[in-house]
Amino acid sequence: NFHVIVRSFSERIEKIVIANRGEIACRIMKTAKKLGIRTVAIYSDADKDSLHVHYADEAIRIGPPPPRLSYLNAPSIIDAAIRSGAQAIHPGYGFLSESADFAQLCEDKGLTFIGPPSSAIRDMGDKSASKRIMGAAGVPLVPGYHGSEQDIDKMKFEADKIGYPVLIKPTHGGGGKGMRIVHTPDEFVESFLAAQREAAASFGVNTILLEKYITRPRHIEVQIFGDKHGNVLHLYERDCSVQRRHQKIIEEAPAPNVSRDFRAHLGQAAVSAAKAVNYYSAGTVEFIVDTVSGQFYFMEMNTRLQVEHPVTEMIVGQDLVEWQIHVANGEALPLNQSQVPLSGHAFEARIYAENVPKGFLPATGVLHHYRVPVSSSVRVETGVKEGDTVSMHYDPMIAKLVVHGENRDAALTKLKDCLSKFQVAGLPTNINFLQKLANHWAFENGNVETHFIDNHKEDLFVDTTNSVSAKEAYAAARLSASFVAACLIEKEHVTLTRNTPGGSSLLPVWYASPPFRVHHQAKRRMELEWDNEYGSGISNVLKFTITYQPDGRYLIETEENDSPVSEVKATYVEDDHFRVEADGVSNSVNLACYTKEQIRHIHIWQGSSHHYFREKLGLELSEDEESQYKPKFETSANPPGTAVAPMSGLVVKVLVKNKSKVEEGHPVLVLEAMKMEHVVKAPSSGYVHGLQAIVGEQISDGSILFSVKDQ
Amino acid sequence: KPNWFCSNLLETCSTRRGFCLGVLSDSLDRNSEVFHVNSNTMNHLISELKSHVKKVLAGGGVEAVKRNKSRNKLLPRERIDRILDPGSSFLELSQLAGHDLYEEPLLSAGVVTGIGPVHGRLCMFVANDPTVKGGTYYPVTVKKHLRAQEIAAQCKLPCIYLVDSGGAFLPKQADVFPDRENFGRIFYNQAIMSSEGIPQIALVLGSCTAGGAYIPAMADESVMVKGNGTIFLAGPPLVKAATGEEISAEDLGGATVHCKTSGVSDYFAQDELHGLALGRNIIKNLHVAGKDDFTNRLQNINYDFKEPLYDANELRSIAPTDLKQQFDIRSVISRIVDGSEFDEFKKLYGTTLVTGFARIFGQVVGIIGNNGILFNESAQKGAHFIEICTQRNIPLVFLQNITGFMVGSRSEAAGIAKSGAKMVMAVSCAKVPKITIIVGGSFGAGNYAMCGRAYSPNFMFLWPNARISVMGGAQAAGVLAQIEKANKKKQGIQWNKEEEENFKAKVVEAYEREGSPYYSTARLWDDGIIDPADTRKVIGLCISASLNRAAQETKYGVFRM
Repeated sequence: NFHVIVRSFSERIEKIVIANRGEIACRIMKTAKKLGIRTVAIYSDADKDSLHVHYADEAIRIGPPPPRLSYLNAPSIIDAAIRSGAQAIHPGYGFLSESADFAQLCEDKGLTFIGPPSSAIRDMGDKSASKRIMGAAGVPLVPGYHGSEQDIDKMKFEADKIGYPVLIKPTHGGGGKGMRIVHTPDEFVESFLAAQREAAASFGVNTILLEKYITRPRHIEVQIFGDKHGNVLHLYERDCSVQRRHQKIIEEAPAPNVSRDFRAHLGQAAVSAAKAVNYYSAGTVEFIVDTVSGQFYFMEMNTRLQVEHPVTEMIVGQDLVEWQIHVANGEALPLNQSQVPLSGHAFEARIYAENVPKGFLPATGVLHHYRVPVSSSVRVETGVKEGDTVSMHYDPMIAKLVVHGENRDAALTKLKDCLSKFQVAGLPTNINFLQKLANHWAFENGNVETHFIDNHKEDLFVDTTNSVSAKEAYAAARLSASFVAACLIEKEHVTLTRNTPGGSSLLPVWYASPPFRVHHQAKRRMELEWDNEYGSGISNVLKFTITYQPDGRYLIETEENDSPVSEVKATYVEDDHFRVEADGVSNSVNLACYTKEQIRHIHIWQGSSHHYFREKLGLELSEDEESQYKPKFETSANPPGTAVAPMSGLVVKVLVKNKSKVEEGHPVLVLEAMKMEHVVKAPSSGYVHGLQAIVGEQISDGSILFSVKDQ
Repeated sequence: KPNWFCSNLLETCSTRRGFCLGVLSDSLDRNSEVFHVNSNTMNHLISELKSHVKKVLAGGGVEAVKRNKSRNKLLPRERIDRILDPGSSFLELSQLAGHDLYEEPLLSAGVVTGIGPVHGRLCMFVANDPTVKGGTYYPVTVKKHLRAQEIAAQCKLPCIYLVDSGGAFLPKQADVFPDRENFGRIFYNQAIMSSEGIPQIALVLGSCTAGGAYIPAMADESVMVKGNGTIFLAGPPLVKAATGEEISAEDLGGATVHCKTSGVSDYFAQDELHGLALGRNIIKNLHVAGKDDFTNRLQNINYDFKEPLYDANELRSIAPTDLKQQFDIRSVISRIVDGSEFDEFKKLYGTTLVTGFARIFGQVVGIIGNNGILFNESAQKGAHFIEICTQRNIPLVFLQNITGFMVGSRSEAAGIAKSGAKMVMAVSCAKVPKITIIVGGSFGAGNYAMCGRAYSPNFMFLWPNARISVMGGAQAAGVLAQIEKANKKKQGIQWNKEEEENFKAKVVEAYEREGSPYYSTARLWDDGIIDPADTRKVIGLCISASLNRAAQETKYGVFRM
């Protein structure tokens, strides 16, 4: 029921350039393909074998890995669009999606920008300006300072006037980058300067606004949609309160524990906000809800398709990218407000490559193993495939897991199940943390708020001093490890049977299972290293003796006397899938193995548990020289006082010189990865030695940066 | 109609398959008393056997094992396990050699030998057990070492010597040192095998003194473990006595000296596990392309073989300990060959010898089994069948349960000696792999015709109920009693019934003891006692090892016609 009004057929979009990468590029292409629109991917050198490149009909290289030379390089992208003969550009989210200049440039070059008018982007992009407009349109605002006078004394004065805690926010950009909370007046100056610096680095503009910081807030946002005929409607709200480092990790729609009236008011406010800037296409109006007063305030409007748009799609049964394309073609919205359905409940969990115990720092690495849950009511939006590298150049998000159920409880059950089936090996992820979140009683009750993670940190983060938990974790790991042993041996046997070393002849009889011994059973030993997170990450070596039983089972004993002996039967199903039977209980088990630096890394998923082990393979050496032989599991713990890079990143600032005296906690250098700054501080008091990092240098995860010594 | 034609053709094929040519029927009566008696006695024999093996596997005493461990050394079987391909089989040989042979126990004769794959190549392992008399060489130790080398030479298997030995056992030097088949032969064999292109690899994991020093020195490549491995012609005490020089074992002949200075060893290992890994690496690097030894591997092997139709464990219920009781050898064959399929040759002629073709793990074999006394016809049939197999390069499996050739005037007149000679000639000259399993008795010339130890079968194993002797104890007692009686009569002495029975009983007892499988296996008259249920597996492994070399041409001597 879309109808063409303005455009003639020849002007319709038949080919689009997707000026983005990763999952969102793939997501947009999916809809484009459905509509018969041809797709053009752009890619940087780092992405030449990425999923979005393979998925597109055409792909054009636009530059080297750094975003400003590729995905932020507007002229290059426009050039690619013209070369490919596309009529339109879809910017996705992030990168140039909220660049009014880019939208304008598209228009100037005769390309349709699939998004809002550049004027709306400009109005909403400047946070101070947007608040003024919203205020004028009667949308409630948080008390704050949005003035252009950015002098530090003036800012301090305004902050004191609003009253602490105060939120410092760059006027441009989003996603929490550069944001600071200031609790006391004397912290203000340092935070303000850092926010300015980050804003400049990320968005090229360093203007800052101040706001009252609401202590128990919820983050609720409304999806709105407008067409070029002045129609604007809302597609209900999403709750995105559960955040870490000011970035969302679990979103849901509709928001839990919200009345119909509240929902209607919120929706109406969002529509007013959009109308105030003559908005069309997809947009999101973010509100901060004070859970104490029940009052909501306008925060900002995101003039693009959001990362979490799928949860809205799931509850309204619409394809928002399809709507965007129709709107770009000049067609009217297919529904009016009263026709928008609201069906069931949806969750989205963002799977990130990150180091949860290290404060959610972004992680990099290779996806050696990648399996996602498959179901008709589950969507996994991903831009990577097994074998891909999650590099330091771009956002570390691996995938979005989206589930839908007839109500919140049903959807949550599905979410928990899918998280336990989401298998990633090769780099640290937040999956385990997401599982804890999804299983938390407060989350189950819908008691979400922006400080959820901080308020429940005792439940969500591991207590390394809890010896009871440590013991339980150890027992669970031991059981898992015995399954690993059985599966590895079974897999080895299957491999040997299918591909006997030495080729043809009668040799296979030597590799029959169980291996033959004269009047006794063959045994073997296995040592698996495991980190007990409850024991401050101390690694344990689990030692097993495995005896091949005549019936094909494995008798598995540990070297501790008190631990039970188990008889395990492992059956190889296919690929990485096994069935393991122990004590009459049969389990489905998935195993992922990869080898790196003489160590076999083993992940096992069984039921809702996941364990990770390492096995040293260092013995089959080709070098025989005295000096080259390395002892097993060299525990080269760095000497005290050594500072190690917590993540891969770029050195943006070196604050002290070698041999200078520092106090413990003194900032020494600043690393940046994924546009996030991280200050490396002195681990102890003393004098800095061996500091060789220079500004602009790329540092890899785990490398030694400097050490602090007494002299 | 093409469709009709096709389906008809398929039907014909499947019908022909359904005919099951040569599939042996299940003739075992599981409810009979014989079955139960045999099961009980055999199970008793097996548990006795396993209790002996259990002692052997534990090593040379708690103290010695503890001391070994404290030096970061593994037991010989553990060492072998770490060199073998993970999850692969190991065919250990003469596990009970030395059993009850000397005043003191000498478990496994102080050396573990056997065959297993490393990087897909079958290798012969010879591993000293330092927990058994310091790994010193008793006469039977030498014999076992030489037997392993003999098999290696015959099957062209690379040899891996895991050296940890104090050298010759000095009190018994006369039976260890001087003779042809004594200590010196070890190095002779190394030299000859090396010259034939059979790799000789030594891993020095412990001491390697005096004569023993030649094992790594004669090897193609050798590895030494720092701290534990030492090589010297004379140890520190002897050096001090001879020259007055005072020096530690490590400085005199440790890994550093031999890898850096003397060049006696080639690879330096930091510890035992490293040394064993280096051993695996050496095998990985063996290059055999272009050698014709492996043409045999391209034989007509059917990889899609079926397991026997009948339970292998029932082999424990077939053979009686009373060797006078006959049993149908086909009930053994049906439990060791693929799909229990056995195409019998000359089934109706000379029926006391069963001959025929079958496959074991896909490999064609010719099987010769006893179903009674050998007569003229059976012996000639045996010779005929062996000729066929050698012509076609088919390995032979002998299933021995033989009291001997038929005696008496009729047999002699019919030329039983001539017929027997034909079979012995055929067995002797056959150059195909020969595997002998004694499943019952092995007496007299029957032992010869059925490829006893003297006929150099590639491998020979016994069931726990086996008996080997020149004749049965009762028969020997009868013969000896008659002679004794005649002698006494000449001297005018009258032998009463009781005295005669006592005399006979002593003979029977001696035959019983010397005919026992333990007596045999202790002296290396065989390669080990096996559980009947393992027979198929053991034969499969033996054939595989035997086929590791090129086919050889068989030439016969003069057959007496």
